[in-house]
Amino acid sequence: MDFSSFLLMRHELILLVIILLLIVAEIFIPQHKKGSIVHLAIFLFGIHTAVGFLGMGDGVLFGGMFRTTGMIHFFKNVLNVGVFIILLQSADWLQEKIVAQHKGTEFFVLMFSSLLGMYFMISSGDFLMFYLGLELSTLPVAALAAYETSKRISSEAGVKLILSAALASGVSLFGISMLYATSGSIYFSEMAEMISVNNLTILGLILFFTGLAFKISLVPFHFWTADVYEGAPISVASYLSVISKGAAVFILMILLFTVFKPLMGIWENMIYIVALATMFIGNLFALRQQNMKRFLAFSSVAQAGFILLGIINGEQLGFATVIYFVLVYIFSNLAAFGVVQAISLQTGKENINDYEGLYRTNPKLSLVMMLALFSLAGIPPVAGFFGKFFLFTAAASKGYYLLVFLAVVNVTISLYYYLLVIRAMFLRKGENPIAFFTSKLYMRLGLVLTVLGIIVLGVYSPLYDYIFELSKGLM
Amino acid sequence: MDISYIYLIPIIPLAVFLLLGINSKRIKPAISGYIGVLGMLSSFLLSIYAAYQYFFVSGKVNGEYKQFIDKHVWMNFTDTLHIDMGIMVDSISLMMLVVVTSISLMVHIYSRGYMKGDDGYTRFFAYLSLFTFSMLGLVLATNLFQIYIFWELVGVSSYLLIGYYYTKPSAVSAAKKAFIVTRFADLGFLIGILIMGYYTGTFDFETLNAVNPETGTLVLNWASASFMGLSVITWGLILIFMGGAGKSAMMPFHIWLPDAMEGPTPVSALIHAATMVVAGVYLVARLFPMFYFVEDGFALNIVAWVGGISSLFAAIIAITQTDIKRVLAFSTMSQIGYMMMALGVSGYEGHEGVGYMASMFHLFTHAMFKALLFLGAGSVIHAVHSNYLKDMGGLRKYMPITNITFLIAALAIAGVPPFAGFWSKDEILVAAFENNQLLYYIGVFVAGLTAFYMFRIYFGIFWGKEKEYEHTPHESPMSMAFPLLFLAGMSIVAGLIPFSEYVTADNKGFEAHLNYPLAAIATTVGIIGIALAWVFYKKENSLSDKYAKSFGVLYKWAYHKFYFDELYLFVTKKIIFNRISAPIAWFDKKVVDATMEGIGNKTVLVSEKIKGIQSGKLQDYAFAFIAGVVVLAGVFIYLWK
Repeated sequence: MDFSSFLLMRHELILLVIILLLIVAEIFIPQHKKGSIVHLAIFLFGIHTAVGFLGMGDGVLFGGMFRTTGMIHFFKNVLNVGVFIILLQSADWLQEKIVAQHKGTEFFVLMFSSLLGMYFMISSGDFLMFYLGLELSTLPVAALAAYETSKRISSEAGVKLILSAALASGVSLFGISMLYATSGSIYFSEMAEMISVNNLTILGLILFFTGLAFKISLVPFHFWTADVYEGAPISVASYLSVISKGAAVFILMILLFTVFKPLMGIWENMIYIVALATMFIGNLFALRQQNMKRFLAFSSVAQAGFILLGIINGEQLGFATVIYFVLVYIFSNLAAFGVVQAISLQTGKENINDYEGLYRTNPKLSLVMMLALFSLAGIPPVAGFFGKFFLFTAAASKGYYLLVFLAVVNVTISLYYYLLVIRAMFLRKGENPIAFFTSKLYMRLGLVLTVLGIIVLGVYSPLYDYIFELSKGLM
Repeated sequence: MDISYIYLIPIIPLAVFLLLGINSKRIKPAISGYIGVLGMLSSFLLSIYAAYQYFFVSGKVNGEYKQFIDKHVWMNFTDTLHIDMGIMVDSISLMMLVVVTSISLMVHIYSRGYMKGDDGYTRFFAYLSLFTFSMLGLVLATNLFQIYIFWELVGVSSYLLIGYYYTKPSAVSAAKKAFIVTRFADLGFLIGILIMGYYTGTFDFETLNAVNPETGTLVLNWASASFMGLSVITWGLILIFMGGAGKSAMMPFHIWLPDAMEGPTPVSALIHAATMVVAGVYLVARLFPMFYFVEDGFALNIVAWVGGISSLFAAIIAITQTDIKRVLAFSTMSQIGYMMMALGVSGYEGHEGVGYMASMFHLFTHAMFKALLFLGAGSVIHAVHSNYLKDMGGLRKYMPITNITFLIAALAIAGVPPFAGFWSKDEILVAAFENNQLLYYIGVFVAGLTAFYMFRIYFGIFWGKEKEYEHTPHESPMSMAFPLLFLAGMSIVAGLIPFSEYVTADNKGFEAHLNYPLAAIATTVGIIGIALAWVFYKKENSLSDKYAKSFGVLYKWAYHKFYFDELYLFVTKKIIFNRISAPIAWFDKKVVDATMEGIGNKTVLVSEKIKGIQSGKLQDYAFAFIAGVVVLAGVFIYLWK
């Protein structure tokens, strides 16, 4: 047997080694030096991220259960960069709050395990691997959500997440079994040919879809989002909002575009309805939020609605625009969460009106937040504008003008609430604004990376062309 | 011919502007004055060198002055339609370079004395440089769009200069008025440019103006669309001329020019005598082959009549004004009307193109003597601290240099031989006589009026009864006297330049001869004007008031500038603001805004109503989840298929 073909699983293998290394390190590092685990983990993951950018060929392993292509490879790197930024942003929190409770190592082990699950999920070649990856990516996050055991709200978040996830994955599995019943296979490549349009298949598709819709927080499968984001540690919330969502979008798109291609007439309309519901509900709820984390939770629900506009395109153009948007969204959302994290760690304040007058005391943080919110709102020339613009083009190219119009209406609504935060920071004086503080090195690095991402993605257009080229392989 | 160094001519003033503008607080006033003068001097010398090279060494090929062009594509629309940036060197652009840089240099030198001790000294020099840069860029433009860009820059910098004393409300409103009125005219210019671009597919002067030497028509082809009986290209030209009329203060866009006298006097000399106000003339000359050939010169006819009427109209008003700068302003308008008229009656080939040549000639000589008049007026104002004739009189004893130079300029503009104005004005009248007799008579009449009003203020200032002055008036310092002397020299000799050999419509040159009968008539009329002024104003007497009364209504109307300002106010305030703007504002507030606000309020309301769904109870969430599945399944299995 030629073991070199295992190199196609390079991401998974290296991450596995890192997990094991961390467990060993936990045993050997003495109690009073446990803080160094954080440095070690970030260092190792940094190397992993860098190594990930080395080239990799396409290929299939385990008789079709596992596969990798240029696009999948690229997307794993995107996830790595996102997780790396999250680690940088949460380093201080871990050092100050978590290491003291002797839970530093577990945090990394759980998060990396979840990431490993995502790798398998997006690399899956059949529904079995897909399901295993889905479960592996969800269960550790539930534990992470409940990580701040001293806080009741955190435990609540964990419980809500695990129960909702159980329901979703149960429903999804039921759907998969129906699909198996009608097509006689669980391999994507075979199912694409054998699937036929009948009631059972449609039901299977809908049930399966809800499992991923839950992870992406599409309406009406989104209810957990706000409660979990609010209760969970901020790092976990940002992980859920960008990494988990991004991976789920990716695999959903692959399956819809390939396996369920024959059912496109059905899922197009389904996406249409869900997109409208998601955008409107997400935005209308975001309007009323006072807590920054809940606010960002609903904003991320609304953003998921926009993503569906690219998916509905159903072709290479749609694929590329969604991937580009997810990339932009990762940087923008992480910038916003990073600022929330920095402020929450320093002062414990998480409400929008706590941010009043922030510009006078902490101008740099305010500017980062402003840039992030502008990008999320889609104001040119920052990256978010192009992301949304491309998505809308994708939908319009299929003639969904009404949908695009309604999406633009939603952009307007979203602009209002994003500007509320900016107004609080820049125009309001505030009775006792947050005092000036400086963040530590890791946090600053994490924020700088996101800002760079937002600006570079907005200016450097060849990247989109690159993604567009990569997307060709999947169709 | 190597023309790359000509880029330096506009770039030097730009560099000076940036240097002075950015460091305006750090550079000492004395030094900034020197920097400005030195920068301008180098541009001036380069222009002289370039003109010499072109006219006497390498410009003429096969008996024809060539165009030298260096351009780079800046924005590309189609294969033929693109906006270029570059420079175009030919006879008129070089002549303008010399005019602009020489006048600008004189104004720079003069300003060192005139503006001494002013708070914004450095700022003033920075603005002057910005203006000069814009004007030079305008002159060198290779295409309609480039000229438009610099055209607007000229507008902005003149706005800054007119409003230089920004603490004075009248200066601020004059600056605004100049900007808005010319902007309105420029709207026509822009539309004209777009029409040209759309129907001819190019903005390029060279392509637009190309004339086929065999058939004697334009090479250019254009779509033969027409509008209201005229070809669209004619409409385009008329609209472009509208822009030119705005900048050149032709009727009915002249109302900004008198008010613009609120700016410092050197500014008036630079902008409102020699450079910016002739931009319109230059623009028509630039597109002359188009104006001439398209539809038998229909648009050119309009140019002629607008010029002739403006010239008469302004001369009449000038007689009645009491502010000497305003007299000069109306005089400028009248003389530019002359130039427009000359262009309008001109032909294209050989001696037929005498009007074109005369127009450029007059532009050149007028720049010299009118700048001299303004600077002389500045010198007087500097001495007596007033703009009004009633505060002046008998100054010849105190200010000999100003007196003599002002007299030379006045004789030049009155058309007395052998001063510069005589030669150029004569050519204009010849052109008018040969092509349009009615305009010729208007021209002769205006020549008489010109001589009269100019000597009216000359006698009023330097002769007449001495007034009681707060300080004894004194001659201006050398920095101010030198430009006067230089320009006086130019006003004497400029007329002797054989312009017809160098600057002509077909670039081939011809020999011009003095037309003795016409010259005699014009000179006689001019001398009659001077003589009348002598009688009325040499000694202070009541004769002028008596005659003014006998003209009655006409005098009153002329004194109030024929109520043009009031007419504009009536049209804008009473008609546009009340009848058009107010209803639109109402619609905007009550319909557009109200609808938007209503939608916004409803959105917030809905959001309030539905917030209960997010109950925080997990069983509710699960219910919603399952309900979602059921609804989707129901819709897609039973309803939609």
